[in-house]
Amino acid sequence: MLALETIELTKDYRLGFWRNRVKRALDRLNFRVEAGEVFGLLGPNGAGKTTTLKLLFRLIFPTSGTARILGKPLEDISVRFRVAYLPENPSFYEHLTAEEFLNYVASLFGLSATERRRRLGELIEQLGLSASRHVPLRRFSKGMIQRLGIAQALINDPDLVFLDEPMSGLDPLGRREVREVILRLKERQKTVFFSTHILADAETLCGRVAVLHHGRLQGCGELNTILRLGVSTTELVVEGPSAEVLAELMPYTSSLVRTGERVRLEIPEESQVQRTLEIILRSRAKLISVNPVRRSLEDYFLQKVGASESSQEVASVYDSS
Amino acid sequence: MRVATIALHTFKESVREKVLYNLVAFALLLIGTAILFGSISVGVEQIILITLGLTSISVFGLLIAIFIGIDLVSKEIERRTIYNILSKPVSRPEFILGKYLGLLFTLLVNTAIMTVGFYAALFYQKRALLLDDLRFLGAVYFILLELAMVVGIAVVFSCISTPVLSAVYTFCLYVIGNFSADLRAFGQETQNALLGTLCDVLYYLLPNFGNFNVITQVAHAEKIPGYLWLGNSLYALLYIAALLGMAVLIFEEREFR
Repeated sequence: MLALETIELTKDYRLGFWRNRVKRALDRLNFRVEAGEVFGLLGPNGAGKTTTLKLLFRLIFPTSGTARILGKPLEDISVRFRVAYLPENPSFYEHLTAEEFLNYVASLFGLSATERRRRLGELIEQLGLSASRHVPLRRFSKGMIQRLGIAQALINDPDLVFLDEPMSGLDPLGRREVREVILRLKERQKTVFFSTHILADAETLCGRVAVLHHGRLQGCGELNTILRLGVSTTELVVEGPSAEVLAELMPYTSSLVRTGERVRLEIPEESQVQRTLEIILRSRAKLISVNPVRRSLEDYFLQKVGASESSQEVASVYDSS
Repeated sequence: MRVATIALHTFKESVREKVLYNLVAFALLLIGTAILFGSISVGVEQIILITLGLTSISVFGLLIAIFIGIDLVSKEIERRTIYNILSKPVSRPEFILGKYLGLLFTLLVNTAIMTVGFYAALFYQKRALLLDDLRFLGAVYFILLELAMVVGIAVVFSCISTPVLSAVYTFCLYVIGNFSADLRAFGQETQNALLGTLCDVLYYLLPNFGNFNVITQVAHAEKIPGYLWLGNSLYALLYIAALLGMAVLIFEEREFR
């Protein structure tokens, strides 16, 4: 079952005094998120991640295209009973305490007093806000605000959770807590859709990702598939190879670094790994390690972003006239 | 239900505004000084107290309506707290209506406090309160209707403009609304047909607050005519409905970047 589907979702902003300049913030975005998966929307700042999320919650309206959340059109706000949203750098009513604010949010969902108390107690405990539940929000640190933001998003026990840069501005401890919350949601078969520019978070949490740049989708797919795309190298460490053996290995290596007795070789072609291993094993050299070097998401990201930047096609600002 | 939740939240938020307490305290102080003014006005002590007391309620109610009303929507946008609310199962009309009713409730409570202060001052001066003194509540009711319209205007401007400009526009419209009968009279006097029609259109479009001021009548123990009760109530209700409808239409189209 699809949790989210965007169909040619496009957003233009009109700029300038006469509003005659158009900036395309999102360009015909198409992707699907399956129920129960953790999906990451990646991209550098200004890529269109927040725009996408604001469109999904109708805080802004699409210029063209549409999307469906849990099979319902965006205009149908009844679906909001089953979804949650944490905006980027959330801001709450400073005069309220954490408990008062969560109570207010729970009331908007029409939760009964008993249910409210139960959910509130659970979330406050889960997100480590017990000690500060009666403290006005103006005294909250950024990390505490972020945790409260997650608590308010989860108050209705949603099936689909949208988190906009949930780790932004958090210290390592705070990031770990947020990661744990996302993993707990995953364990409970909830769908999590989060935007981030922190690739390590996506690598740790996401099953599938979509990469955005200049408002355009650069790629979308299983994280493992994306990581395996293109050339992956294999790193071999050999001790005491003779000059003849090294000469024999040279045609298969892209890099050869000697450190004392040891030599580190990089084999770019997977098909040549077997051949190089045979050469090493039949010599007197000692094979220390064989490591397939996975292509990191960062490499993929930089390649995609680089390709997009070099493309003249992406004319994000143009005159409407 | 969600409208009531938002209204209650708005009420709780607005009663924490320090400006509110300053204004109410100042209004009560002014009502208190009306006793002093009354005591130096031989023969018209009560009229002075009633006029000054009820005018204080009206003026300070207006200031409260403007100062808090203009912030209602714009503050939520400026502080981005609106993202959290509109991403919940809350429609935009529900949000506007909840905000409006919350502020109206704030005004109701404040006007009640000022009215109690007014009656206390009256009791102090007369050493007694009679059943007939309840007639002043008629003037207070009309003041409340007027304030309910002012809050509606403030909400409309709050949806489209900055707080400062919203305050200026609302105040200007309030002043114009007090002279709309003169605008119509001017239109009838003028020889220019186009200008006459324009004045007529403006007369019907702009709020007409002229009929809501019955302070002088009640101060002089004159009865408020029945048609004014009904007419003012209906007029205020329809005008508020139109204002809220306009606010909702504007707000429905608003984007929060």
